[in-house]
Amino acid sequence: MTKTFILEDLDCAHCAGVIEEKIQKLDEVKSAQVNFMSRRLVIDAEESAFDKIVKDAKKIIKKVEPDVEMVAAKL
Amino acid sequence: MTKKMKKRLYRILAGGVVFAAALIVEHGLHLDFNIALIIYLVAYLIVGGDVIRNAVRNIMGGQVFDENFLMGIATVGAFFVGDCAEAVAVMLFYQVGELFQSYAVNRSRKSISALMDIRPDYANKKQGDSIVKVSPEEVAVGDILLVKPGERVPLDGIVRKGDSTLDTKALTGESMPREVAEGSEIISGCINLTGVLEIEATKEYGQSTVAKILKLVESQGDKKAKTENFITKFARYYTPVVVILAVLLAVIPSLLIPGAAWSDWIYRALSFLVISCPCALVISIPLSFFGGLGGASKCGVLIKGSNYLEALAYSEIGVFDKTGTLTKGQFRVVQVNPEGCSEEELLLTAAYCEGYSGHPIAVSIREAYGKELDLSRLSDVEEVSGHGIRAVLDGKAAAAGNEKLMKQLGVSVKKPEAVGSVIYVVYDGSYMGSLVIADVIKEDAAEALKQMKSLGVKRTVMLTGDAKAVGEAVAEKLGVDQVYAELLPADKVEKMDALMTEKSEKGKLFFVGDGMNDAPVLAGADIGIAMGGMGSDAAIEAADVVIMTDEPSKIPKAIRIARRTLGIVRQNIVFAIGVKVLVLILAAFGLASMWAAVFADVGVAVIAICNAIRALKV
Repeated sequence: MTKTFILEDLDCAHCAGVIEEKIQKLDEVKSAQVNFMSRRLVIDAEESAFDKIVKDAKKIIKKVEPDVEMVAAKL
Repeated sequence: MTKKMKKRLYRILAGGVVFAAALIVEHGLHLDFNIALIIYLVAYLIVGGDVIRNAVRNIMGGQVFDENFLMGIATVGAFFVGDCAEAVAVMLFYQVGELFQSYAVNRSRKSISALMDIRPDYANKKQGDSIVKVSPEEVAVGDILLVKPGERVPLDGIVRKGDSTLDTKALTGESMPREVAEGSEIISGCINLTGVLEIEATKEYGQSTVAKILKLVESQGDKKAKTENFITKFARYYTPVVVILAVLLAVIPSLLIPGAAWSDWIYRALSFLVISCPCALVISIPLSFFGGLGGASKCGVLIKGSNYLEALAYSEIGVFDKTGTLTKGQFRVVQVNPEGCSEEELLLTAAYCEGYSGHPIAVSIREAYGKELDLSRLSDVEEVSGHGIRAVLDGKAAAAGNEKLMKQLGVSVKKPEAVGSVIYVVYDGSYMGSLVIADVIKEDAAEALKQMKSLGVKRTVMLTGDAKAVGEAVAEKLGVDQVYAELLPADKVEKMDALMTEKSEKGKLFFVGDGMNDAPVLAGADIGIAMGGMGSDAAIEAADVVIMTDEPSKIPKAIRIARRTLGIVRQNIVFAIGVKVLVLILAAFGLASMWAAVFADVGVAVIAICNAIRALKV
């Protein structure tokens, strides 16, 4: 399944690419896309793995762009 | 401007003033250099303090080659080799560039969300005699809602009371208001302009047009164009390579060339670091694509991702469904051939014969007659299946039907030349003439095909389930190159697969359908374009591009937008990389100062962003 998150205060296009690449490399993630302009992060993975993925993704984001906040997208 | 941006602006202004003071102290007043140095440092810290802080924090986190780090090293290095003014100036320009970037990005984000500002905030639900304001999600199918002038239609529904005009511009790009009356279907997201409407919700909010469109628009960028991925990949290698070159430049010449000044080569290396920043290079590309997608949405063409926008620019083969795509899918009387009576009499007789029928052909005949029918004049109506209708009108036998019916009645007829369904009419034993009924070609279809041709779509193909004669007649009128007629849905898929093998290596094939029954064909093409997306759920799901209106002319428009966007993207890539490489070379030979380097970074970004914003303007 896919889940969508918003990366609030994402200002740097290059960092968006770095974040995307690092999240893609997480073991449980089937695919991940960061869209810089809409600030969306879309992750495809097994539902059961999402808790861990979100935790890891948040860690990655803190490292790359500390100002960016990852929140679940409103439906 | 956001709070963050304002803070940055104030820092830039304050830093700029202090920097100017430092310049005056050093060059105007010729005071002791140490005094100037202190003022330079103050200016530097005001402007670049956060960059240094972020650089330190990111290195702790294991992030090398990040922008803050590069700018930090470059400017601190400049201080050490004694170029204080340049250190501050570089940081100042860098910050101005960053500010401009976030301003531009913010503005485009806002302009797109304003464009797609179709989200209804509330619904006025009728409960007994009172009206309650609820959120659109809380409305159930069957609820009656009140929509006042100026309000947005919150859910898809049917008008139960009142008439009005609707502004559908945000949904379709169509500026002509649409009229609705009791019984009209109404889609969510439109703005009610003139009268109060009572509508019955026919879909839940989540299933309503507005929710689907919003979802589509929001996920637009999730699929990226190849060019977009290229630039992120390029940046991944570009920065480390330039940084390594900078290190080599700082060390090797000074060791090899006798008499070389360390400070000179280090200065050149520092210029390299300034140029090595990746962000300026990366940012203009997604911004351009975003603008292109936004510009297309503005014209009522929703493209699901920049990859499809990119593909559209390489359109080579265009495949079209006929009914509902190039034609209106509505039957109309296109020819009236009276024999020994007036057109009016012929139409009247035919209309009465078809007075009770709900068949589309019958409806079109009644429409062509255009007057109220007094059905009491009619009796003994008998539908002869597959043939036509026999009835008694004003006490005399009448009949309207095809050739077979005429044979049965023993009437000899004259076959008209036009293509379509022919209805012959007989009254009181004598032949009155014939009517030709055909699907109507959309007004802009021929022009659309002509434009596609001039845009380099090499082949146009029409697929239709209709009879060969009908298909060929339409194709000829429109100037379509090839027709495959009498196809079953499965045949269409097969033809599509065959056509997919016939395009050139880079060329793309697009298929345009109305979304009814052609989901597999839509999926089989490089670009599946669904027409008249409003209301057709299947189309919005299966297609890669949704054209909100019924106009085929939106396709050449979309191709043009795609080409233009890609052109802007290419200009930006060539320009940004070109300037950076040029300045790198000049800096290596000591011909470019740090000023040029900061232009190569910030100046290029600003120009590329301005260029990218053009993509939004259609």
